[in-house]
Amino acid sequence: MANPLKCDLCSKPATVHLTQIVNNKVHKVDLCEECAQAKGVTDPSGFSLADLLLKASLNPEPPVSGVRCEQCGFTQADFKKHGRMGCPQCYEVFQSLIEPMLDGMHKGLVHRGKVPQKALARKTLHDRLAKLELDLSDAIKTERYEDAARCRDEINQVKQTVAPKPAS
Amino acid sequence: MTIESLIETPSELTDSSNSKTAIVLMTRIRLARNLAGTVFPGWAKPSQREASLAICRAAVAATGPMKRGLDVSVSELTELEKQILVERHLISRELSGTKAGAGVVISRDQALSVMINEEDHLRIQVLRAGFQLKKAWNAVNDLDSALEDQLDYAFSPTLGYVTACPTNLGTAMRASAMLHLPALVIASQMEKVVRAVNQLGMVVRGLFGEGSDASGSIFQISNQTTLGESEEEIIKRLGSVLNSIIEHELNAREKLIEADAGKLFDKIGRAYGILQNSHLLSSGEAMNLLSLIRLGIDLGTYPEASRPVVDRLFIEAQPGHLQHAQKGEFEPGQRDLLRATRLRTEFAGFARPNFSASATNGKN
Repeated sequence: MANPLKCDLCSKPATVHLTQIVNNKVHKVDLCEECAQAKGVTDPSGFSLADLLLKASLNPEPPVSGVRCEQCGFTQADFKKHGRMGCPQCYEVFQSLIEPMLDGMHKGLVHRGKVPQKALARKTLHDRLAKLELDLSDAIKTERYEDAARCRDEINQVKQTVAPKPAS
Repeated sequence: MTIESLIETPSELTDSSNSKTAIVLMTRIRLARNLAGTVFPGWAKPSQREASLAICRAAVAATGPMKRGLDVSVSELTELEKQILVERHLISRELSGTKAGAGVVISRDQALSVMINEEDHLRIQVLRAGFQLKKAWNAVNDLDSALEDQLDYAFSPTLGYVTACPTNLGTAMRASAMLHLPALVIASQMEKVVRAVNQLGMVVRGLFGEGSDASGSIFQISNQTTLGESEEEIIKRLGSVLNSIIEHELNAREKLIEADAGKLFDKIGRAYGILQNSHLLSSGEAMNLLSLIRLGIDLGTYPEASRPVVDRLFIEAQPGHLQHAQKGEFEPGQRDLLRATRLRTEFAGFARPNFSASATNGKN
């Protein structure tokens, strides 16, 4: 007789066998009743998040422990606890933790939808403005007045483009 | 607009129901958006939440469609008002549970609502009666673009719109439709449908979303994945899944009539009798009875003119709306009494069933 399957999380005999097909990939998980309850697998509505947490604990990534998002103080342990990120910056800080999770969670790994063109254009202009202002003060310090004048003109030009539109 | 006047105004859902909304009661699309370089609401300190709330509220309230709409912070709302907004699908249960530093802006026609500091800084939502995925997408896309004029969104070229939960990355869009599927429920085929829909990457939920039951045979079907496909592709895929569910429901209705019309019309007729005469009705039972009346309207047993009444009662039989109408807070037991009274009054003047009309109608 074949050995009874063991729970993937605690190695008690597994009684809950879960197969889910996401984007044509088969994911199989064997669990004992307690772990299944604890992970909410028996509750179909809470299932997709359970899948996420399960996969995270089944394939432990090399621990990023100790790493902390400078912007918001978020850590990997916080993500395990909340299942949500701390701030947009966290996605860069914890890239190695998040990327393997996205595979199987989504249809693809690269965004193919709408792009906030106006917001991105504005950001580019803001970045340009910051650089020009730096150049300007640099030019004044080193008494390159022609360069300074050019920077000032460009700054004025960029500022006019960036000026917030009145609410429509 | 005040919360009182909003509550007194019928919602988009109850206002425009007609035969075109027979199976798909409502279409809803929501987009999650966050402010660049700003801590997500769930991780933010109270002062940070207040700051992002102020920025978002000002930007949202200034957009064209939100002019003269409702613009409130959650702390300004009473428990009952919050419950009514949840029952109208204008705010989520999660938002209604937050204490400080959250808000909502709702358009005058109650078709658009923007939740602020729920799980993400912004949850932009549009509701449309009937099967209107494209129109709903255009409306929500326009509002999102208008907000983009004022706000710097957190966006990554690879991950798309950055959201607090990794399951929403990419388009950060959840498109859903609310379907009335009584025949599939009576024929015990829903489990099969749910499994098939899940395999196609869509999720089935009850009327009030995650964890709610499917009383009234009303289900919400939405996309599960958000990254790797454009909004149009997701909507197209959802649309074809919905069309195939509608076809299955229509087939199931035909089969029920063919197999045992008497049994089906007995259910539809009894529902009428109970609604006219009962004195105690729980929310679940009321929903199931109204669902049968609605099926009767689709089959021609009751006149088409009765459809808006039933669709309105689906919402007004909910605990929040019931208590508001009676101007007070009531225990569940008292509510069952109030609900039955309300439905008895509504159904006293309701057109009598005409079963001969439905027998011919159901066959074509």
